Amino acid sequence: MSVWNLFITFLKIGLLSIGGGYAIIPLIQEQVVVSNSWISEKVFTDIITISQMTPGPLAVNTSTFVGLQIGGIAGALAATIGCISCGVMISLFLYTFFLTHEKSIYVMEMQKGLKSASLGLIISAAFTIVLLALYGTAAPGTDFLSPNGIAVFIFSAMLLMVRKGNVHPVAVMLISGVAGFILYR
Amino acid sequence: MKERIKIYVWLFISNLFISAFTFGGGYIVVPMVRRFLVVKKRYFSEEDLINMAAVAQSAPGAIAINLSALSGYKAAGITGALISCVAAVIPPLVILAFISTFYKAFVGNTVIAAILKGMEAGVAALMVDLIMNMCSLILKEKSLFLSAMIPLAFTANFLWNINVAMILFFCCFLCVLRVFYKKEKRI
Repeated sequence: MSVWNLFITFLKIGLLSIGGGYAIIPLIQEQVVVSNSWISEKVFTDIITISQMTPGPLAVNTSTFVGLQIGGIAGALAATIGCISCGVMISLFLYTFFLTHEKSIYVMEMQKGLKSASLGLIISAAFTIVLLALYGTAAPGTDFLSPNGIAVFIFSAMLLMVRKGNVHPVAVMLISGVAGFILYR
Repeated sequence: MKERIKIYVWLFISNLFISAFTFGGGYIVVPMVRRFLVVKKRYFSEEDLINMAAVAQSAPGAIAINLSALSGYKAAGITGALISCVAAVIPPLVILAFISTFYKAFVGNTVIAAILKGMEAGVAALMVDLIMNMCSLILKEKSLFLSAMIPLAFTANFLWNINVAMILFFCCFLCVLRVFYKKEKRI
């Protein structure tokens, strides 16, 4: 197993994962656990748990950690760079394409539409995040009348702080972390 | 030149921070970029930010990294994009390299679990705040088509579980149809 193999594998994973976040996990699993058997199913499950517990985008964390397990620091770099490079290049290409064709009526309208659709998708992601935070699950059939009281309290307090107090997002993360430490322990 | 270097340094620092506080999915990067690069430094407008978010979602890979790259590009060209990406990758790399030796203890730690549970509610609040800001920006256009696209995309993704790329592609298709329709009407 060479670092080059790792890079190529994650390049493929990065290219095929559309929609971000959790969409990438089955792809990594397919390549790393099933096709190449670099790591076991059990270790992979641990890796996902750690990736969710540590800061950073899930896709980056997972590829970094898988790379670390297989090839040390060099492996981690190869996997991460492989995973993000296709997405970054395609994003830049699309964006500059939109910028250079700004005057075209088609591009203009498409951009307006994409903005709305993108916002709808952000709302969809946010909905899942809010449900997970307040009810502990986003599955249908959740008892929506009984949210977690502490979570509702932290959520409302933080929302009030950003809306009215214009508090910095980083400060919100720190304060909510401390609140969790005090209230949940 | 000095101005340029100042932008590079800010991009590097802000992306380190953003990445170090990315919990609960990559979308949290949108309000973070908004605060660091739009509100504080005014490198680009809120309008630009939604455009970038749309492009970052249309491309494969991690939305958070794509958005970091785009915001860096908009602020300071290709070098800006590179600096942003590098800065975004450093925190996970350092933290995971450190944790990987004792990750079993980390997973079972109740203090960390409590802090993360608190942060989950914080992320939820930041996302709701972002949505409130962005919705008003689109509703301002006063176009039924554009306003209706928001709940449509939401429903398609949240309730019907349709792939993000499919939704964005279909949206582009509708937009092109709409231009044809408008042209037709004028003739």
